[in-house]
Amino acid sequence: MITLNVNNKTYNLDVAPDMPLLWAIRDYVDLTGTKFGCGIAQCGACTVHVNGSPVRSCSFPVAAAVGKNITTIEGLADNKIGQAVEKAWIELQVPQCGYCQSGQIMSATALLKNKPKPTDADIDAAMMGNLCRCGTYQRIRSAIHRAAEIINA
Amino acid sequence: MSESTTTKLHRRQFLKLSGFTGTGLMLGLSLKANGESVIEKITRSYLDKERLETIAANADAYNLTPFVIIEPSGTITIMNPRPEIGQGVFQSVPSLIAEELEVPLDGVTILQTGGQKKYGNGQFAGGSSSVRTSYIQMRQIGAAAKDMLIAAAAQQWGVPVAECYADNAKIIHKPSGKTVGYGAVAEAASKLEVPKNPALKDPKDFKILGKRYPRPDVPLKSTGKAIFGIDVKVPGMVYASIERCPVFGGKLVKYDDTAAKKVKGVIGVETCERDINGHHSVGVAVLAENYWAALQGRKALKVTWDYDGHESFNSNSFAESLRQAAKEEGAIDHEQGNFDKAFADAPVKLEAFYETPVVSHSAIEPMNCICSWYDNNKIEIWASTQVPGRIMDQFTKKYNVPEENITIHVLFSGGGFGRRLYPDYVEEALELSKKVGKPVKSIWTREDDTKMGPFRPMTFSAFKGALDANGNPVAFQHKVIAPTLDGNKNYDKTKTNKTMTEGISEQKYEIPNMKNLFVFHYMPVPLAAWRAVTSTTLAFAHECFLDEMAVAAKKDPMDFRMAMLTKPSDTKTLMQKLREVSKWDTPLPKGWGRGVAQWEFFAGLAGYVIEVSKKGNGIKIEKAYAVIDLGTVVNPDTVEAQVQGAAVMALGAAIKNGITFNNGQTVQSNYNNNPIIRINEMPPVEVHIIANGGPVIKGVGEPGLPPFAPALCNAIYAATGKRIRKLPFDINNIV
Repeated sequence: MITLNVNNKTYNLDVAPDMPLLWAIRDYVDLTGTKFGCGIAQCGACTVHVNGSPVRSCSFPVAAAVGKNITTIEGLADNKIGQAVEKAWIELQVPQCGYCQSGQIMSATALLKNKPKPTDADIDAAMMGNLCRCGTYQRIRSAIHRAAEIINA
Repeated sequence: MSESTTTKLHRRQFLKLSGFTGTGLMLGLSLKANGESVIEKITRSYLDKERLETIAANADAYNLTPFVIIEPSGTITIMNPRPEIGQGVFQSVPSLIAEELEVPLDGVTILQTGGQKKYGNGQFAGGSSSVRTSYIQMRQIGAAAKDMLIAAAAQQWGVPVAECYADNAKIIHKPSGKTVGYGAVAEAASKLEVPKNPALKDPKDFKILGKRYPRPDVPLKSTGKAIFGIDVKVPGMVYASIERCPVFGGKLVKYDDTAAKKVKGVIGVETCERDINGHHSVGVAVLAENYWAALQGRKALKVTWDYDGHESFNSNSFAESLRQAAKEEGAIDHEQGNFDKAFADAPVKLEAFYETPVVSHSAIEPMNCICSWYDNNKIEIWASTQVPGRIMDQFTKKYNVPEENITIHVLFSGGGFGRRLYPDYVEEALELSKKVGKPVKSIWTREDDTKMGPFRPMTFSAFKGALDANGNPVAFQHKVIAPTLDGNKNYDKTKTNKTMTEGISEQKYEIPNMKNLFVFHYMPVPLAAWRAVTSTTLAFAHECFLDEMAVAAKKDPMDFRMAMLTKPSDTKTLMQKLREVSKWDTPLPKGWGRGVAQWEFFAGLAGYVIEVSKKGNGIKIEKAYAVIDLGTVVNPDTVEAQVQGAAVMALGAAIKNGITFNNGQTVQSNYNNNPIIRINEMPPVEVHIIANGGPVIKGVGEPGLPPFAPALCNAIYAATGKRIRKLPFDINNIV
């Protein structure tokens, strides 16, 4: 039995310890905002926060998450920075197909937590691991700057 | 699947709507069901489940047409026949109805149709066709429904219809100021005749169309709440992962599943067929209680394949065979004037050969599907797909079941790009469900998605061009050497193929002598349409070669093109706009270069001017100016996003390595070795829209793609003197 703390709730899951956190979250905790894209930490669609830091959950064994605070996109509404990011994303109409956007938003939120006024270079460095096949990057960049404005207002 | 889970599932998913009346207005539908009560199945909503259940519980809902449902409470539901794959049709298409119906889009529930005949032939997302082919029809549906509501209110009040109008989901009696909500007259309205030719609004009165209107799916997609195909879970379902032959054309000999079946959670192993564009294969599926167990079980399989000689296929020798095939004369695609004579007689002649790679679609949501085969001959499908209409049509025939037995739930697609036009991944899951008697959720791994295709084919282009003594183009030839998309080995080589020569004979340039040709050459891997199809490779070659002709004529590339556009055309207007917005005639800093390209094809018309600067041994894209001509625009914000996205996809296909084959197998496997553009590589793209009205409406999703690579390569030539004739190229190592 694996005990996980996801979005401040405790879950006891009967899963293999080597199961990636991604599948535990999607198939057992039943939170599907976190997406499967590549399985090898190359696309960032599965990004969640583990103790506040962005982690690619597809390549993170569930056993390693025991005793840590896991935040998914569904838990972001409780977070002031997360709220600002989501607000900016909606205001700038960032998503197209939307599949990668949970991961984009989780990475952007982690960036803004550490750097409330990120430069374009900061954004490149923090967001390079999140792929978007629709090509929404120009709006992602603008939305991160906009979220910074909201946070610093 | 047990009876109880089926029932439980259906009770939640199916909505009962009685009092269906309405006459279908679309595509010749005639549902003369006045006063008939029917049980209406409606596809899964993208909105909250609670919202759905509220509608379901309301037995007094009324359809004014199959596309508009108004409940007595005033709740309005619009049926959207176009799958949302990122192109914005979840807003643009329902807004056509909402505009004429006089309702704000925010308050409307949007549901996706599931391939049922009464919703017409337009139940697909492809060819940039959603808005351009339904702009009038969808508005007529909204207008007819509004007229019926007004007539019902006028009747109820005993006043002339002409004294009433509709606004914000209410009917207003002008002289008295009386108002009534749509819900209160919906039942009476649904019993009226549907007007045949309802008057449409004057565009100057539009409240939604033509505006930067927020898309209703964006809040869901910005909070993790949007439901994609991969997010659906149904009671009793099992997960599947399928091992397929790594060599295209290989056969399954035998498999040993002893170890696979020992993996905790694995419940079975079954064979499973796949048909994709002329390629048939048999794979081995591991079924399990969870997806991770299915993957572990698959790793433990021991499968023996017979590659049957197909393992000799590789990209290098295939490319060489295309170069050899270029020596064939080919079939005539288009001929005007006397090309052979004009070319022979001209004082300046040019020839060039262009090459492009195979590329993958690589939507971030891998192929996946849930299928349930139950009660002997009933089928229920939950899928991210571009083609619910095609699935319904194919499956009723293939499995010999009536339409009523098939329910298709269309979810948000995590990217389509043409890949989800092909339901091979749906058929696999359905076969497995039939075999195991449970709903099956099949999820492809990224490796499956990358390796198994279908792929955009490579095309090679051989050009001949000639100039007269004044540098005017007098002869032009574009010969395309390529396979066809359908996988037909025995293609009739005397015939051209308009999909594979897409656009090359339709450009508006006035060249007196032209002979375009097509040489068929079979490629033994599954092929498919990719966003903007063959224009994505042909526009690169075509517009770069025209640039070579401009250079040979010692003319400015913009002037050279404009001189071939003497007659009025949308292309000419587009080029003028590009010249203006890019400030083409102003000088650039030293070390910079500018390039221009445009492309017109079945989906529409767009062009770019791109500015680059030298950076070390490579170049940097400083700025891309895009102009897209639509005639009529529904949502400029969506258009801007689509063109920026198309530019990113085009850039990736130009500078990333693409797909290659060796030993009959795909070499690349995942985003690490089949990379796509990342945020740090995104060039700034400024989008301008031409919407000058007129009868023709052009597409949005695809046209922004084809002219990007040639404008970029023409800019690179202007900056560096290096002519790029082969994609992909290394943007960091040009000279």
